[in-house]
Amino acid sequence: MPMNRRNFIKLVGVATGVGLVGVPYISSAAEIMPNKGRRVVVVGGGSGGAIVAKYLRMADPSIEVVLIEREKNYIACPLSNLVLAGLRTLEENTITLGGLAAKHGIKLVYDDVTAVDPVAKQVMVSAGAISYDRLVLSPGVDYRFEEIEGYDMAKTPEIMPHAWKAGPQTLLLKNQLAQMKDGGTVVMTIPQAPYRCPPGPYERISMIALYLQRNKPKSKIIVWDANETIVAKAALFKKGWAKHYGYDDKDSTKGIIEYHGNSKLAKVDVAAMTVDNGVEMLKGDVINVIPPQRASAIAQQAGAVNPDKRWCPVNQITFESTLVKDIHVIGDACIAGALPKSTYAANSEAKVCALNIARAMNGKELIAPSHVNVCYSYLTDKEAVSVSGIYKEAEGKTIAIPNSGGLSPDLSELEAVYARSWMQNILAEMTT
Amino acid sequence: MRQKLCNLALFAGGVALSSALWAASATPEVLSYTCNGCHGTGGNSAGLSNPSIAGVPAKYFENAMKEFKSGTRPSTIMGRLAKGYSDEEVKLMADYFAAQKIVRTKQAVDAKKVAQGKKLHQKNCEMCHQKDGRQSGAGGVLAGQWKEYLQVTFNEYRSGKRNMPKMMAQRMEGLSDAEVEALTHFYASQQ
Ligand SMILES: Cc1cc2nc3c(=O)[nH]c(=O)nc-3n(C[C@H](O)[C@H](O)[C@H](O)COP(=O)(O)OP(=O)(O)OC[C@H]3O[C@@H](n4cnc5c(N)ncnc54)[C@H](O)[C@@H]3O)c2cc1C
Ligand code: HEC
Ligand code: HEC
Repeated sequence: MPMNRRNFIKLVGVATGVGLVGVPYISSAAEIMPNKGRRVVVVGGGSGGAIVAKYLRMADPSIEVVLIEREKNYIACPLSNLVLAGLRTLEENTITLGGLAAKHGIKLVYDDVTAVDPVAKQVMVSAGAISYDRLVLSPGVDYRFEEIEGYDMAKTPEIMPHAWKAGPQTLLLKNQLAQMKDGGTVVMTIPQAPYRCPPGPYERISMIALYLQRNKPKSKIIVWDANETIVAKAALFKKGWAKHYGYDDKDSTKGIIEYHGNSKLAKVDVAAMTVDNGVEMLKGDVINVIPPQRASAIAQQAGAVNPDKRWCPVNQITFESTLVKDIHVIGDACIAGALPKSTYAANSEAKVCALNIARAMNGKELIAPSHVNVCYSYLTDKEAVSVSGIYKEAEGKTIAIPNSGGLSPDLSELEAVYARSWMQNILAEMTT
Repeated sequence: MRQKLCNLALFAGGVALSSALWAASATPEVLSYTCNGCHGTGGNSAGLSNPSIAGVPAKYFENAMKEFKSGTRPSTIMGRLAKGYSDEEVKLMADYFAAQKIVRTKQAVDAKKVAQGKKLHQKNCEMCHQKDGRQSGAGGVLAGQWKEYLQVTFNEYRSGKRNMPKMMAQRMEGLSDAEVEALTHFYASQQ
């Protein structure tokens, strides 16, 4: 390859300015934080955002980092399924970002980012505009409610909670389970992948089954999965369900867990408390509808989402959007090849993104990414399993390194201990 | 240094892109940062059972990864992860973590057990795990390590799942469960 890097960048420089077709132009509002040096603005202080802000400051403290988050308390999703079985409280999942910001000199702004102007290079918050040299979006997911007939964005989740963002929704589902009569039916619907946390729904099934077994033994949980079969750790979940909850793969009506693959939710009726997949209707006493998902609204607004209005395509080395210049997208919102939508993956992506933004801003060569993902799932209060992988970039794609990572060999009590320790460390990474 | 060209296709397609076109090979930081999610920033674990790996001698670290990879040393997760790295990459991470400053977190310990553990340590272990477990060429860092991790580790040693050096095995042999627990309290108490 005779072309050297410097020439290449020059060439690209000529091409910049295009590719912004379709992005709405927003007239500039008053700048509330004049940008005197080099600034990166991060939107979303969750699994990805808090980490990218921290590691950017670690990589180059001369870069100013502004972190904007709408919630004063961040309630982490991992292990929130345990709350449903009474094994954990949401308080244990709750963190604030003040300490992180103070320690690393991050400028923390609690506000809602309502718009991004990629031409003026500004984000809009309630008080005005904040300009950036580079923007990182780690806004998580929103839901594709419109694909479910009868689903009202505001009202339906109050009756049929999704509990797919940990917080009041988790507690609502927990309370509904507590109030259900013994002998009642819990219905859960799982959307087609990709969605946030591939093994999450199956961990939740396990936790609800545990709760029912202990408190309402005449009850059961019926699952409609839009996917052909269990999306992650299938054999381990089935093994655990058989061992603990009387699950029979040949006749799943037998145990506490009745599981149906290839059953995609089409319609809900909150008054009748029914779900409908186009073939049959099912009545539930408690109904947990996990809706299909997409990148959170602000990514759409920024013009960083694919034409199918779902996820954000990004360069796999820098996590810069391939649609909008100087905007990087990490975490659940982005398409990161073989990496799943998980907290560990968001944490890993954030570090690669931070390192390469700092390199790019200093005119240095980019670094080839290295990622890890590990997701633990609990089957009971004492046993957990994990899936893991090590990832690199190859020919523009993020791939899992062959013959490494993979699944736990069996259910493990020790992994249940290490899973809590993992959570402790992942939250400590976001707060210190 | 290895270089490669990425996203040529995208560029040719006329999509605006930044300088994201060349990447050098992985650096110690990019490799090691991925471990922090479980082992803590800079390898100082926030607890409770994930071990701290900051300041661990590189030789011990490399050997641990080698044994995880081959399965000689039992593990819940590290065996699967270690398989994803070449010896060169492990060396980069070993040197990186060896250079990180150890931050010892205060742990809940029982003063009586600490005192008992101290005596046992001086008699049986100090010769190889010097300075109350702070220093050891081949034996890692015990001082300030998480109690729960040490307990798991002793269980593995005593059940024969993890190999110990012969001399260490001789010293461990006569110890009771209570004495082993006392040792974990002693190491955990070190600041
Ligand atoms: C039930 C459940 C269990 C899970 N278990 C695990 C697990 O065990 N392990 C694991 O690795 N992952 C797990 N996950 C997945 C994990 O929670 C997500 O993958 C992860 O949080 C993604 O990080 P993120 O940074 O993309 O988004 P988030 O962590 O959701 O952060 C996004 C942040 O952006 C903020 N935000 C969004 N838009 C704006 C705006 N316009 N202005 C200001 N702020 C904004 C939000 O308030 C939020 O704080 C689980 C998820 C669920 C639902
Ligand atoms: C999902 C959590 C997790 C991740 C990610 C992880 N580790 Fe570990 N590590 C553990 C656990 C748990 C142990 C104890 C052994 C076991 O059960 O696997 C351990 C043990 C170790 C040890 C042995 C410590 C000692 O004192 O003997 C080393 C060295 C180590 N890990 C290095 C790494 C490196 C390097 C990485 C990154 C490439 C990494 N770990 C990523 C969880 C993790
Ligand atoms: C002859 C020297 C020697 C003696 C004596 C010795 N050790 Fe060790 N110890 C080692 C070596 C070498 C290793 C590393 C073994 C390995 O890599 O698995 C080790 C490893 C360990 C570990 C594992 C550390 C980790 O991070 O996983 C513990 C715990 C430990 N020793 C405790 C003790 C105790 C307690 C005693 C005294 C009862 C003792 N050792 C006596 C040499 C010794």
